[in-house]
Amino acid sequence: MLKKKNKISNRASKNNLVWKIAGEAGFGIKSAGMMFGKIFMRAGYEIFDYTEYPSLIRGGHNTYQLVIDTKPVNSVFKHVDILVALNQNSVTQNFLEINKGGVLIYDSEKVKIAPAKLKDSHVQGIGIPLTSLAKEAGTELMRNVVALGASMALVGQNLSIANKIVRENFARKGQKIVDSNIQALKAGYDFVSQDVANQFMCQLPTLANKDNILITANESLALGAVAGGLGFYAAYPMTPSSSILHYLAKIAEKTGIVVKHAEDEISVANMALGASHVGVRAMVATSGGGFSLMTETLGLVGLTETPLVMVDVQRGGPATGLPTWTEQADLQFMLHAAQGDFLRIVMAPGDAGEAFEMGHLALNHADMYQLPVIILSDKLIGEGNTTVPRFNSKNVKINRGKILSQTQLSKIKEYNRYKVTADGISPRTLPGMPGGLFIANSDEHDPYGFSNEDSQNRIDQVDKRYRKLDQFAKVMPKPLIYGNPKAKKTVVFWGSNKGVILDSYVALPDKIKSKIRIMQYQYLWPFDGKFTEKILNSSKEILIVENNPNGQLANLIAQETGIKIKNKLLKYDGRPFFREDIISALKNF
Amino acid sequence: MTAIRHVGQVSGMTDRNMKESDFNTSYKSTWCPGCGNFGIAIALKNALVELGLKPENVMLVAGIGCSGNGVNFLKAYGWHSLHGRALPTAVGAKLANKDLTVIVMAGDGDGYGEGMAHFIHAVRGNADITYITHDNQLYSLTTGQSAPTTDKGTKTKSTPEGLIEFKANPISLALSSGGGFVSRGFSGNATHLTGLIKKAILHKGFSLVDVFQPCVTFNKINTFKYFFDRLYNLDEKADYNSNDILMAHREALVNGDKIAYGLFYQDKRPSYGQYLPQLAGKALTKRPIKVRNIDQLTKEFA
Repeated sequence: MLKKKNKISNRASKNNLVWKIAGEAGFGIKSAGMMFGKIFMRAGYEIFDYTEYPSLIRGGHNTYQLVIDTKPVNSVFKHVDILVALNQNSVTQNFLEINKGGVLIYDSEKVKIAPAKLKDSHVQGIGIPLTSLAKEAGTELMRNVVALGASMALVGQNLSIANKIVRENFARKGQKIVDSNIQALKAGYDFVSQDVANQFMCQLPTLANKDNILITANESLALGAVAGGLGFYAAYPMTPSSSILHYLAKIAEKTGIVVKHAEDEISVANMALGASHVGVRAMVATSGGGFSLMTETLGLVGLTETPLVMVDVQRGGPATGLPTWTEQADLQFMLHAAQGDFLRIVMAPGDAGEAFEMGHLALNHADMYQLPVIILSDKLIGEGNTTVPRFNSKNVKINRGKILSQTQLSKIKEYNRYKVTADGISPRTLPGMPGGLFIANSDEHDPYGFSNEDSQNRIDQVDKRYRKLDQFAKVMPKPLIYGNPKAKKTVVFWGSNKGVILDSYVALPDKIKSKIRIMQYQYLWPFDGKFTEKILNSSKEILIVENNPNGQLANLIAQETGIKIKNKLLKYDGRPFFREDIISALKNF
Repeated sequence: MTAIRHVGQVSGMTDRNMKESDFNTSYKSTWCPGCGNFGIAIALKNALVELGLKPENVMLVAGIGCSGNGVNFLKAYGWHSLHGRALPTAVGAKLANKDLTVIVMAGDGDGYGEGMAHFIHAVRGNADITYITHDNQLYSLTTGQSAPTTDKGTKTKSTPEGLIEFKANPISLALSSGGGFVSRGFSGNATHLTGLIKKAILHKGFSLVDVFQPCVTFNKINTFKYFFDRLYNLDEKADYNSNDILMAHREALVNGDKIAYGLFYQDKRPSYGQYLPQLAGKALTKRPIKVRNIDQLTKEFA
């Protein structure tokens, strides 16, 4: 038996674990990974996960990486401590990622590995007859669960939480399925435990439970919008935004939200606009390609001054691009999308917690300033699960802006929807209100909404619309500063790079940390040029970190301040920055 | 004779003292003298008056084209959409406020060109809205190019050697997409059209009223006379049963010397909104919008 040969080196203990499971699509890679994550969240740990998968249903090569830590984590590593290989290809593709002292768990009935290769890499191989053990428990499909049990044994986490999770996970499939999964879990655990108990370099016993949840930024954003009174959501499936649609469709009846899967993104945007126009809070989400179809509607939102929240969960572009991979290359697109010159608010969450907040804040911004609010997220956080303190609605406030009540309206002699006002915001009426008639017009219009091409009217309406953004710019939050606020080395980023930059930063020696400050843009438009100048002009060195080939935020900063950032760390291979990339960049900065 | 009786009520409060001029705005019409659109506008206003609808309870969603410009001179809550996009906006508005009477006015170029996909899917979805198309077999606002409903071979500015494509048949398309109310009107018979629009508004589901509407400026073929010579009224045809889908399909394909108009088909399948439990009770817009407690929802992530 292979297991007799196993001897795990007992190195200095590591307080975080990087675990990866790999195999073909259809092997249950993601479901096993999600269970593993949930087990350790319940055991009191912080989690971040990351999947790599091609755009297909069966076959291909799928991986699921889970980082388990005692402190909050929002990034992934290039290298792993445990690799679970369900097929030979996983060894071929991922073996070199295993850290020294790490473990390869593999299906000894499907995967061959030369002992010399393990030895040379200082990796321990644990071959487990996953196929036979899974079949004994029920079906071969449960190889993933057997491997999970084996991994648990390795890190010293007993099965009590795991059994509970299995029960919750499979309850709706019946007792038989629950029982066989519990048996599969135990089979993997027992196969390994006698030999390796307490020997692996990373031991993860149960800690005090925190009131955390394990959630993606997509679901968080949806929950934020739900808390903020979302009434209508429309979408067309598009990776990596679809889980927003799936989640909202699932809870639609319970929450009273209308969720519509429309025929294309053009219809999606116009349906949501119709719903918003008559008075409910509306949101749409897609990825860059779908947003391209929504672009003409974006202009209509701007001209009719109808509130709408539009989410772009970015993936690699252009065209079909890299459907299941991450990128941040839509920023300049969002700033400029649609013909003509009009305003919008563009915001970008850095993690699931920020996505929740933006989910409800964006609805307020849209209502208060009567314009399109774009939330720019990406695949890394949109599909990556993370542990965050459980969300609640305590700090959620609804501000619907200037919507007239019937009483207020009845006091107005001649109501004009697009009245030229000092702050640019014109009070709304909603269809159904007597005395509040108007036309929401895609043609330039006069204050009532009638089509109007006069020179002075055009100028008045354009200026009126622009004043709204000035109002918002006065009250919008400034970019966030982390680290030593007086440091002269400044790292600049937006969006999901928050996780890897802050996770890497806290792990640096104090000597390096004290010399660095980090600036995050949550709001990309309107752009806070003054604050940017203050920070960047007082910096000796600036490093900008972006997942695109051109430095799109760097270009925006140059456009708005004249400051050209030369030191750019850019990645555009569809992969996120790994912790190793950023630690090295910060150390050499 | 039609097998369908006028039953049902329009949404929202009605007022029997309304008159046609209550739907006039201060905006002067931009349609050419003699334009077929006038017949549609008159029929629509009459229908709204006869149904006792008030302007504030009507949402008129217009497309882009001469038809769409009409949104300026029919008093209601107006929405002037983008070219081809009127239908989705109307569907969203109706789902969010089911108390509104939502009427869409689009052209043949607008609705069957750029809007064709939306048309098919709106018919499939069967949201309770009324779709009135100003079908003049031409792009007229852009000075006379061929439209999806232009006859094959027609010479226009964009097809000087004659149109190569075969024309689309909105009636057949609606029938084969599961349309629950499929009809055709003629702006040269505004009295009949008024009745048809009333039936369409009262119908609980998607209702199509495709209206032949001669463009007196650019279309020298499909004139008023052209239609007077060809049209026959299904509503007056003996033994025609507008609840018989096969009969409807056959009439929809009659084309050439004779063309049918009137109510081709009507059935009573539930509208989109009727399938949604969350829309039972008050319209979404009539419920208070407040912060939702999400404590139950976060449980699945714990």
